[in-house]
Amino acid sequence: MSRKRAVTCTINGHEEQFLTEPRQTLLSALRDTLDMTGTKEGCSNGNCGACTVILDGLPVVSCLVLAVECDGSRVDTIEGVAQPEKLSPVQQSFLENAALQCGICTPGFIMQTGALLKDNPNPTEDEIRFYLAGNLCRCTGYDKIVKAVQQTAETAGAC
Amino acid sequence: MHDFEYESPRTLAEAVTLLTTGDSRPLAGGTDLIDHMRTGRFRPALVVDLKKIPELGQLIADAQGLRLGAAVPCYKLQACSTIRDQYAAIADAVSIIGGVQIQNRATVGGNLCTSGPAADSASALLALGAQCVIAGPKGSRTVPLEQFFTGPGKNVLQAGELLVEITCPAPAPKSGSNYRRFIPRNEMDIAVVGVGVSVTLDAAGQTITAARIGLGAVGPTPILATDAAQALIGKPANDASYKAAGEAARTQTSPIDDMRGTVEFRRHVTGVLVERSLREAVARARGETHFHAHVRLPCN
Repeated sequence: MSRKRAVTCTINGHEEQFLTEPRQTLLSALRDTLDMTGTKEGCSNGNCGACTVILDGLPVVSCLVLAVECDGSRVDTIEGVAQPEKLSPVQQSFLENAALQCGICTPGFIMQTGALLKDNPNPTEDEIRFYLAGNLCRCTGYDKIVKAVQQTAETAGAC
Repeated sequence: MHDFEYESPRTLAEAVTLLTTGDSRPLAGGTDLIDHMRTGRFRPALVVDLKKIPELGQLIADAQGLRLGAAVPCYKLQACSTIRDQYAAIADAVSIIGGVQIQNRATVGGNLCTSGPAADSASALLALGAQCVIAGPKGSRTVPLEQFFTGPGKNVLQAGELLVEITCPAPAPKSGSNYRRFIPRNEMDIAVVGVGVSVTLDAAGQTITAARIGLGAVGPTPILATDAAQALIGKPANDASYKAAGEAARTQTSPIDDMRGTVEFRRHVTGVLVERSLREAVARARGETHFHAHVRLPCN
């Protein structure tokens, strides 16, 4: 039996501490240990992006990160995106553009879009599609997602 | 996933000691290992995290050449302007391994040590004359990359050994390199055929004075196509030469039929990609074009 490890990290700006076994992924720690079920499990092998979170400022697939690797790190998840009383611009844009149907891919897309627009506030369509290539959607056919990202960028630029 | 212990040593010596205790595997980005453990392909009793070891995280590019720590993540390589300018095939490769999320964790060292025949970084590094610096219980050794792979998923690392860094010689003036692959979709796939080339031109930029060609996904290991590259030396840098090199490269492949492609398709596409890759590498050597990122990069 492996030794349980204490992991201390900052999640959405708050310090969290939890016990984990080395084999537990960050995805499982978030969903099963911390009850933060906004981050979704899709493929479990890093292909679909449904489990995307921001780890130390970089979008990663949390199914391919062990919780023990996150000691001392900063993690940002979908739970930290909305303000108490309103949706973020990305969330608002996704809603208005019907960029979701079943919604299982949506938290991952929203996290990845946030990272994209932080790096590149004015992406071309090609740059959007390339940056989001690691996020799969079975429902929408992607065009409405791309439109939502473009609208978010335009609206931000207009402010 | 099976149960395992986890250690995160801060020195290379400690890592070697831990890895010598038999049933252990090194962890860098984890984008291969964690999935392999999830599927049961590997069941180590101990996982040794290499990310705190300074030698594995360093990236040095100077007049002596390139020293690329085995645990440097792909995104850092693309962000390095020297790599984009002088070792462009590496930038080409790391910018298309998986997607952005994967590139933020995955490492070239891990890509090489998983030793898949289709590994994108392998053909690029073969073209750039890479050497593998390996540390182990009996000391350190250096192996040319073309001797590193021994079969699908297999390499020369012995018990307790780990890949510390990959070195490439500094490119001669008027050199250029390129990596490209064929995949059925736009991104995220495993290469059906991968080609890495580097060329050096004479001062006039018209004659090829040196060339290397690496081929991926068309044999049990990544292949250094020595004969096809040698035949380019002294030839003019033009379409006829690239076409001939493409045809020669085809004869150096030994692909298999699998769900991604047939022998016939892979052989054909090898030649096509070698031609196109040479054309691009020559254009880069002449300074006519350079690596274009698909993402916006930090300035450095």
